[in-house]
Amino acid sequence: MIALGYKRFILCIWFSLSAVFWMNTAANATPVDTYQFKSEDNQVRALSIANELRCPQCQNQNLIDSNSPVAHDLRLVVFKMVDAGKSDSEIIEFMTSRYGEFVLYKPKMEPKTYLLWLGPLGLLLTAFIIGLFLIRKHSSRTNVMQSMSDDEQKELADLLSENKE
Amino acid sequence: MKKLILFIPLAIFLVMGVLLYRGLFLNPQKLDSVLEGQPVPSFELQRLENADELLNNTNIQGQVSLLNVWATWCPSCKYEHPFLMRLAKQNILPIYGINYRDERDAAIKELATEGNPYVLNLFDNKGRLGLDLGVYGAPESFLVDHKGIIRFRFAGPIDNRAWTETLFPMVKQLQAEAREANRL
Repeated sequence: MIALGYKRFILCIWFSLSAVFWMNTAANATPVDTYQFKSEDNQVRALSIANELRCPQCQNQNLIDSNSPVAHDLRLVVFKMVDAGKSDSEIIEFMTSRYGEFVLYKPKMEPKTYLLWLGPLGLLLTAFIIGLFLIRKHSSRTNVMQSMSDDEQKELADLLSENKE
Repeated sequence: MKKLILFIPLAIFLVMGVLLYRGLFLNPQKLDSVLEGQPVPSFELQRLENADELLNNTNIQGQVSLLNVWATWCPSCKYEHPFLMRLAKQNILPIYGINYRDERDAAIKELATEGNPYVLNLFDNKGRLGLDLGVYGAPESFLVDHKGIIRFRFAGPIDNRAWTETLFPMVKQLQAEAREANRL
């Protein structure tokens, strides 16, 4: 028993260590180290913006992940604009005016995207209502089952006493 | 009524099925260009053949033209090239080249050996004009009208079919517009 606990403990440590290591390599794998930011804050902001922009060429990667030349260029543009003190919305405007809304992983909230933003909430609500409806129906049915007439009560008692004998 | 409710999952499945099935045939590379309806971004670039000659928007404006983004490192451009040569011989409209993120010597050599369909070639080695045009890969082509407004963007190599079905009808229409404007 003690041996098992010990083993588990070691395994746990091993897993968390490898997780930390993995996160570290993931951070190192970003191509950021080739670019010198003016400040740490700029770096954090630039990375968060680039993470939310989609590479127009490798369409399922963001600007940080992608190795395509376009992503490399756009990444650099984002970094430079951040260092030049441009605001987030200015940078996003720069990108969408060239590559379209398509590059936004987080689309703007507008009539065109209401379904996208509110759809999941609507589905959740529908599921909730259906669930509530079903539960209510179910519980009302069990209520009906529980209330027995006097005759039925007597029959039940008879059956039970018969079983005992 | 109760039986109808039982059919709801089937109905949802069918709707989803139709939508997803249609999705199979959409081309994810075909993105709307935001630049359609916008003027060609302003630029000042060297001429491919001559580093001392600076070109800007005025050099490629005035008539309906085709702006073609190309590079020697791009295999699809090599596929597209013979068609551009034939198109250039027909003298329908001027083709301007944007040599995108390329090396000057390699590009000049390629044009010398394979033929040069371009009236002018802009040397965009930094990809700056490409970026302003929202280019994400070569080849890419833009139909520009007589006022220098981008009217259509075509991603991928132009071939006979793309030209006759999509581009040529638009060219004819744009040229008719240009003639109309000249007459007034």
